[in-house]
Amino acid sequence: ALPHLPALWSNTRKTHSLQDLRQQASIAAKVFVQRDYTTGTICQFQTKFPSELETRIDKQQFEETIRTLNNLYAEAEKLGGRSYLEGCLACVTAYTIFLCMETHYEKVLKKIAKYIQEQNDKIYAPRGLLLTDPIERGLRVVEITIFEDQSNGRIEGR
Amino acid sequence: MKGCEYQQIHLGTLSALPHAVPIPVAVPRRKWQVFPGRNRFFCDGRIMVAKQSGVLPLTLGLIFITVGLFFAFDCPFLMEHLSRFVPAIAAVLFLFVIISLLRTSFTDPGILPRATPEEAADVERHIDTSGSSTYRTAPRTKEILINKQLVKLKYCFTCKMFRPPRTSHCSLCDNCVERFDHHCPWVGNCVGKRNYRFFYSFLVSLSFLTAFIFGCVITHLTLRIMITVKFFSPLHVFGLNMAFCTALELVVCFFSIWSILGLSGFHTYLVASNLTTNEDIKGLWSGKQGEDMGNPYSYSSIFTNCCVVLCVPLGVPCDGLVSRPGCVPSPSGLMPCVTGLAPVPRDPVWDKRF
Repeated sequence: ALPHLPALWSNTRKTHSLQDLRQQASIAAKVFVQRDYTTGTICQFQTKFPSELETRIDKQQFEETIRTLNNLYAEAEKLGGRSYLEGCLACVTAYTIFLCMETHYEKVLKKIAKYIQEQNDKIYAPRGLLLTDPIERGLRVVEITIFEDQSNGRIEGR
Repeated sequence: MKGCEYQQIHLGTLSALPHAVPIPVAVPRRKWQVFPGRNRFFCDGRIMVAKQSGVLPLTLGLIFITVGLFFAFDCPFLMEHLSRFVPAIAAVLFLFVIISLLRTSFTDPGILPRATPEEAADVERHIDTSGSSTYRTAPRTKEILINKQLVKLKYCFTCKMFRPPRTSHCSLCDNCVERFDHHCPWVGNCVGKRNYRFFYSFLVSLSFLTAFIFGCVITHLTLRIMITVKFFSPLHVFGLNMAFCTALELVVCFFSIWSILGLSGFHTYLVASNLTTNEDIKGLWSGKQGEDMGNPYSYSSIFTNCCVVLCVPLGVPCDGLVSRPGCVPSPSGLMPCVTGLAPVPRDPVWDKRF
């Protein structure tokens, strides 16, 4: 039987789970993805890839995340028959209808939160990154926290 | 939903933690408790008002007194001589007015949370490295293109961020407010993106109510005089009390009608052209030297503009006056105190939900 190889010579890089990050890691830096106002005041974020993330994640992956977020926000703010109906109904009932009804916008916000959670769990946390839901920052920025690499001192084999 | 990102520190577990890990905060505090603006909060953060809500009681008082006098003195007579539905219509309008007024006053107008220290540092870094031609001491501006038109974004020194388009800083409330319209002393709050529709419905319903009461009072006086003249009956002659009250109603309604109707008309124009009072007063889009720059936010049709302003979904419709039945009180109001992280400076972060 082969002797147990120490972690130092492990082939795979130690991946982080979200729990590990929260408990062990310290924050190295924060990157802020600003809003993109070229199409007006609807909520869209810039898809420009920040240079600080170059060593951590693929450009395609990052752009895909931001693009999906942009699409979700566009869907939330979309002016369609549904929003007109909600608006009219709300007006007629002196806006008390919202006491018993969840709007389309709220539903999409929940979808966005779930998407960010999922992205964090699957893609960002294993790379030592954490996305913050933009609603926490008043829909102004997407804050990406870069945690210090915990696998310092270990040779990373790829 | 957001509670899954943060962990609550229970006082009981504090003793179990190693001393080497400094805990940033011992007691979880609600976000509104560390809110840096000048607003005040009631009902555990569900109701918020600006610091100076001085004239709101006067507005409420005027409305209540006028409607009260109307119900006491005019309704009995008009129910008998005009129609049974008069009090019902008045009651419905009155309810609309009060609900709209309270929602305008107690709803967050679209306050933008101040930048966290890291965000502020990041913005400063970008200003320094961009090599902009503006001097350091001059107000910082950033120019962007919206719908092919150049719009200047100003840097807010209080909130430490570049204000998004159409956002303005209210000095009375000490907040940056999205789609800032104006600070209304009658309502005791800023009017911004999230409570503009309540403000507009308050104005419109108040116009109807004032016009209705004015019309009814005039009708009442006319009918009384006609009956007195026709029948020469002492029963229909005015008592002194009634005369005084009717006169008071007339005066209040007369002066309110012109101002309220005027304001309603003005705001209808603003809604139709997707403008704010702030932009209209400053004449931002009227253009200089006869050149018509046009409003970059306006859509081509008036109907679309109205829908965008009045119907576009709010962030969280139920913040403010009441919380929805069935809503789980989420722990998202707590500060992000995560055990085990290296000490992070406490940020006055908060979101649109208190």
